[in-house]
Amino acid sequence: MLLAKLREAWICLKAGRVTLPYPFAPHDPAEGFRGKITLDPDLCFGCGGCANVCPAGVIVVNDTGQHTRLLEFFWRRCTYCGRCEEVCPEGAITLSQQFETATDKPEDMYMRLEVFMGPCQRCGRCFTPPTPLERMMLTGFRNGNGGRA
Amino acid sequence: MLKGLCQKSFCKALWVYHANTGACNGCDIEVINVLTPYYDAERFGIKLVGSPRHADVLLVCGPVTRQVAPALKRLYDAVPAPKLVFAIGSCATGGGCWFDSYNVLGGADKVVPVNIYVPGCPPRPEAILHGVAVALGLAPKKVAPETFRQETVDELAQGRSAQNGGRP
Repeated sequence: MLLAKLREAWICLKAGRVTLPYPFAPHDPAEGFRGKITLDPDLCFGCGGCANVCPAGVIVVNDTGQHTRLLEFFWRRCTYCGRCEEVCPEGAITLSQQFETATDKPEDMYMRLEVFMGPCQRCGRCFTPPTPLERMMLTGFRNGNGGRA
Repeated sequence: MLKGLCQKSFCKALWVYHANTGACNGCDIEVINVLTPYYDAERFGIKLVGSPRHADVLLVCGPVTRQVAPALKRLYDAVPAPKLVFAIGSCATGGGCWFDSYNVLGGADKVVPVNIYVPGCPPRPEAILHGVAVALGLAPKKVAPETFRQETVDELAQGRSAQNGGRP
């Protein structure tokens, strides 16, 4: 009885300290962890591929004016699947390693991006400045893997 | 004075009650993970209790389904007065993939007032600990609403991008 207790105590002592020093020292996630969405606003040309594939409907695309397309990210319901990152032909969306996203206000979990679009002279619909068709063909937008084959 | 003492002691020992309101068990496992010796939340006084009447904090996991919503309301009422509600995971914060389903209310804040939102699918145990720290005012929150804007052609022509580094 006592021996069994002593053996158990020995096992516990042998294990040593297992508790992480987390709140006092940073503990970074492993490689490939998908955290909060980050945007590079200069790369986006407003194709809306990310909004098409998002399973949680985080990304909402609206043409607000004749020259602007508004991308809204309600990332409070983001499931961090990474499909937007895969499908983005320009690599404008990346999923960062940031995981400490706790907040007390739901408004904090929101991003918006206003993309400047040039409307077509003939049909009046938006397209992006240089030539979006060329860009799409170059980076393999249809493949949905960001041109990484 | 008594109120101040209550406020002070409230932070020292948070007893949590864990409510699954339709979660897939991912967030539940991460909550249990926080309580294991590996993350050892008990050193901060965080302890899991079996009854909402003993609890200070209600941990809500899952998009609140229509069937569980009245039960969650009753749970909230059963927790004694200085209380916090944590929404753990993307489902509890905003409804997750099911935010517009017919049988889901879409987030814990549709039923009970939520103090801290911890997004993540599931959130890392570290993220939950950080959420607790934010709730108690021990750590600053690290997210804010972000707005990005591309320059129009006119602005590009005026060379505004050179002045502000391309960001609004």
